[in-house]
Amino acid sequence: MTPVQAIIAKELRSYFVSPVVYAVGSVFLLTVGLLAYLYVVFAGSQAIQLVQMQGSAQLNLNDLVFRNLFASTRFILLIILPILTMRLFAEERKLRTFEFLLTSPIRVNEIVVGKFMGVFFVFLGLLGLTGLMPLTLALFSDFDWYPVLTGYLGLILLGALFLSVGVLASALTENQIVAAFASIGLLLVLWLLAGLGSLLGDTTIGQAVSYLSFMDHYDHLVRGLIDTKDLVYFFSALILMLFLSHRVVDSARWK
Amino acid sequence: MIEVQKITKRYGQHTALDRVSFSVAKGEVLAFLGPNGAGKTTTMRILTCFMPATEGIARVAGFDCADHPMEVKRRIGYLPETPPVYLELTVTEYLQFVGRLRGLSGKILTLAMQREIERLALGTVQQRLIGNLSRGYRQRVGLAQALLHDPQILILDEPTVGLDPKQIIEIRELIKNLAGSHSVILSTHILPEATAVCQRVVIISGGHIVAEDTPEQLSARLRQSEKISLTVKSPASDTIGSLKAVQGVQNVFASDAPGTYLLECELGRDIREEVARLAVASKWGLLELKAISMTLEDVFLQLTRHEEGFAPDAVVASADPASPSV
Repeated sequence: MTPVQAIIAKELRSYFVSPVVYAVGSVFLLTVGLLAYLYVVFAGSQAIQLVQMQGSAQLNLNDLVFRNLFASTRFILLIILPILTMRLFAEERKLRTFEFLLTSPIRVNEIVVGKFMGVFFVFLGLLGLTGLMPLTLALFSDFDWYPVLTGYLGLILLGALFLSVGVLASALTENQIVAAFASIGLLLVLWLLAGLGSLLGDTTIGQAVSYLSFMDHYDHLVRGLIDTKDLVYFFSALILMLFLSHRVVDSARWK
Repeated sequence: MIEVQKITKRYGQHTALDRVSFSVAKGEVLAFLGPNGAGKTTTMRILTCFMPATEGIARVAGFDCADHPMEVKRRIGYLPETPPVYLELTVTEYLQFVGRLRGLSGKILTLAMQREIERLALGTVQQRLIGNLSRGYRQRVGLAQALLHDPQILILDEPTVGLDPKQIIEIRELIKNLAGSHSVILSTHILPEATAVCQRVVIISGGHIVAEDTPEQLSARLRQSEKISLTVKSPASDTIGSLKAVQGVQNVFASDAPGTYLLECELGRDIREEVARLAVASKWGLLELKAISMTLEDVFLQLTRHEEGFAPDAVVASADPASPSV
């Protein structure tokens, strides 16, 4: 077992013995499930209306259920993922195990990557459980799987980005609450950059500001478009956040 | 094994360590004594590559801490001031994690874990969550962690804090057994601990090394006079006067306890016999007569109390056996 694997295993263990994952997980699954139910019921009532008016109905579940659901999940992730990441470094500092990690024969980038991967796997597990929903829908209806799958790819990339921002925020402080709020704040700013970008219009600055926000990149994926530009955005943002976390963790030694 | 040359550590304006130099040979146990904020932990953090020194060279097992931190970290077992344990893991899980971080695996890891669990008597708690263990057990888990990869060098920051007296003796015994095959640096507030387990003591105060020697040498060097305590059953009114008349006695103090006197006498002269003869002849009822040797505690206080007035070089020089006593 490499040191990175050891850290991942330890993080997973820590997550599953603490109540945080269960609390966060149940809130996430409950809200996503409830939203999915509401969107399906809403689609159903539209179908009934159409049948009454036209005698028949052709419903597009991709538009009525999945696009709405992916748009809402984005917001749920913004709230809950910082709760998952807040303990990663803040707790190590508080419990004085940070010194132990940094005096172990393991590199700082291995620590950062290990911690990120640990929480990423937890997130993947939670996201995997929501997969039950399209699977059940597929039993009773017909829809296009392709945009659903790209939507899930979008969620994975978005989640990875949110988690890396959370890792950075957690490295900055020893207070977990501050870490959670810092990452929620940072993510909201990234979100609102999209609005600022569209306000600035179709200028170079406007486009640049819009590009910095994850909104457009995510929307493309939800609509079923896999564009290299968007993938480059997510991967470079992820690497930048992890790199900054590395610098922050490393610089803590100099204080 | 450990070589520290003129390391200085500054935090902004504050100088935590000022040109500190010392070395530890293979198999030697060195105690770091000093009041709070003297720079003990800072020195240990530099040696374990947690933080770099502002100036100077620290070398561990031949590797420079600044240039080859990984090589140094592999050879060091470090117990920080607070035991670095994860409260949500069991003792076994924690040791497994520590071992894996240090590249141990499979049978070697299992054997190392068994060895440390046995050595630190953690057998009964090995399946319990560390969060539910007492301070003493956590401290022992922390020690097991430091010893797990059988490092050549051990750096222990106050290893016996939080242990009960029986455990303290066991841990001291353990450290003594490690001497010879391991080089150990331990910091402590408890002075008898340094006397009990260490071959050499470094007293550090205000970022300077104020003395460095064996515990016995240190107390011998700082002794200015021999002191004797005398207790008698029925002292006479002129007891002090007759005691002063004994040749070699410089001063006599009556202590708070009735019938107990403290005698200061010339260095290198044992007057106990004469005092005993006098006590018996005068029919005071001799109860107790003993020489008081200066404890490390006295040395420590004497050295650290006047630190402001001392230039660091002068103090180190005064600790030299060849020079006259302080």
